Amino acid sequence: MDKVLEVKNLSKVYGKGCADCFGLTGPQADTNICPSCGSVVAAHDVSFDLYKGEILGIMGESGSGKSTSVKCLFFDEEPTSGSAVFYDDGKQYNLFTLNAAQQRQLSSRRFGMVYQNPYLGLNFDISAGGNIAERLLMSSISHFGAIRERASSLLQRAEVPTARIDALPKTFSGGMQQRVQIAKALSTYPPLLFLDEVTTGLDLSVQAAILDLIMEIQQEIETAMIVVTHDLGVIRLLAGRTLVMKYGRVIESGLTDQVLEDPQHAYTQRLVASAL
Amino acid sequence: MSQYNFGFLDEFAKKEIRRCTIKAVAIPGYQVPYSSREMPMGRGFGTGGLQLTLSLIGENDTLKVIDQGSDDSVNAINLRDFIEMTCPGINTTTSTDKADIIQSRHRIPEKELKEEQLIVLQVPYPDPLVIVEPSEEKRKQMHGEGDYSRLLVKLYEDLIKYKEITISHRYPTRINDGYVIDPSPIPRWDVPKMHQSKALILLGAGREKKIYAVPPYTDAKPLAFDDVPFRVEDFCDKRGKRRACSKCGSVSSFLDEFVDSTNGKTVYQCSDSDYCAEYCAAQSKQPFEESIDG
Ligand SMILES: Nc1ncnc2c1ncn2[C@@H]1O[C@H](COP(=O)(O)OP(=O)(O)OP(=O)(O)O)[C@@H](O)[C@H]1O
Ligand SMILES: [Mg+2]
Ligand SMILES: [Zn+2]
Repeated sequence: MDKVLEVKNLSKVYGKGCADCFGLTGPQADTNICPSCGSVVAAHDVSFDLYKGEILGIMGESGSGKSTSVKCLFFDEEPTSGSAVFYDDGKQYNLFTLNAAQQRQLSSRRFGMVYQNPYLGLNFDISAGGNIAERLLMSSISHFGAIRERASSLLQRAEVPTARIDALPKTFSGGMQQRVQIAKALSTYPPLLFLDEVTTGLDLSVQAAILDLIMEIQQEIETAMIVVTHDLGVIRLLAGRTLVMKYGRVIESGLTDQVLEDPQHAYTQRLVASAL
Repeated sequence: MSQYNFGFLDEFAKKEIRRCTIKAVAIPGYQVPYSSREMPMGRGFGTGGLQLTLSLIGENDTLKVIDQGSDDSVNAINLRDFIEMTCPGINTTTSTDKADIIQSRHRIPEKELKEEQLIVLQVPYPDPLVIVEPSEEKRKQMHGEGDYSRLLVKLYEDLIKYKEITISHRYPTRINDGYVIDPSPIPRWDVPKMHQSKALILLGAGREKKIYAVPPYTDAKPLAFDDVPFRVEDFCDKRGKRRACSKCGSVSSFLDEFVDSTNGKTVYQCSDSDYCAEYCAAQSKQPFEESIDG
């Protein structure tokens, strides 16, 4: 199988940090705040591999470091330590040693991101089609007709009525906004897509339809995805493998079925039990 | 005015401006920061262009100053008077042909400029990205990476809303396939004149403290889509006929439109008064009004 991403010992500390930060935080310490210096150890020692076409789930309670991990990989945040290698088209990129311009190149062309909050992923001052156009224009497509056509077919794929292509995102429902975000993220056919709580806060039926869409896309274009959620149902449905995080650490990882059927960590056991 | 140095600015200030000008020429379209000096007129009255002119003009040079295409508007007269007063020994003219240095606001003369000429454009807002990005630091980053996608999105949004690109002035233009500039408030009509111009084009923004340049024989391409090319104003009437200047009859100049107060009719006239006078003379017609003489 083709490896897309290899993350090793990723850590992110908010605050100045001290020598005790890692020793005094984590699941055993029952906190992610360092008692000696007050820094937040949002993520520590996160390691995993991701393969082509695979969906990796990251699950855990609020504040466990799920978003932080993904933000570091999408360059929204700078990690404190660790490495991540992205394999693309026979080349490999050491993500955290690239300069800012190279990072923007990757995140605008080869990665996609869908946020829980559509305001982070869309420009609300421009039309749905314009949002997709922006990403296409960043990758140097400069034919208006071609951009229109591509935006329209992406919206159609994401099941947004193409008649709404010129409407502003604020006139869309929450579910539709997520679909526009997905269409935008997919516009460059990225080999790696990050989805952070994309169905949280939506109606159940809307959630189900969006999850269907994500699965279809994964099968069609073999995009590797990292799906962040605190929803066990989403994990069960989408993720082949799963990481469970607590206080910034990965406390359990493996095939989703195994993690859910036979959780090793007491925390995961409780989590699974409470969801039944 | 003997208490002032030639050119009003001291030699140190002039040298600094010249150094920035050289840098601007060396990096076409790049906005070079400079320490804009206080001038005895409000910033926003062309002080950026004025400082360029004052640092470059020498004795025996001939200067033309235009505002909205005309040499006799209040702004043009004030600037010209000031430069004449502080630069003894220079000549002034209204003729595009005879000028060595042309300082201008809102227009590039109709007549093609020559290699030995220099045009200085007064710029209120030097950065074309300011309409899509408020942070100067981010704008610098975008310029550095040649990321003008958000300007193109602006054009895209224009096209879907109005079926055409509606930018009438300050049309974002890519210089030497590199930096995109705000070409100052010239109309679309003047943008193609920058492309492969024989004359050096210098742009100065006094308030924003920036100097940039389009060197001679350099590409200047207005941003557009492959299939929606840039267009200049067509000045056609409802039947598609090209309007003519009511003074000189030219059908190939940029026209100003105004209402004749005596009969309420819309009148079209050359915006470039020197061009209009010359076109009249060529047909041995007298222009209706006397054109001024510097
Ligand atoms: N900018 C920041 N400054 C300081 N602390 C932060 C910052 N961003 C996140 N944190 C802290 O880092 C920890 C991990 O946050 P993160 O957003 O990664 O959690 P999460 O697992 O995504 O939670 P949720 O399910 O609520 O989205 C939290 O304790 C949070 O308060
Ligand atoms: Mg989160
Ligand atoms: Zn005329």
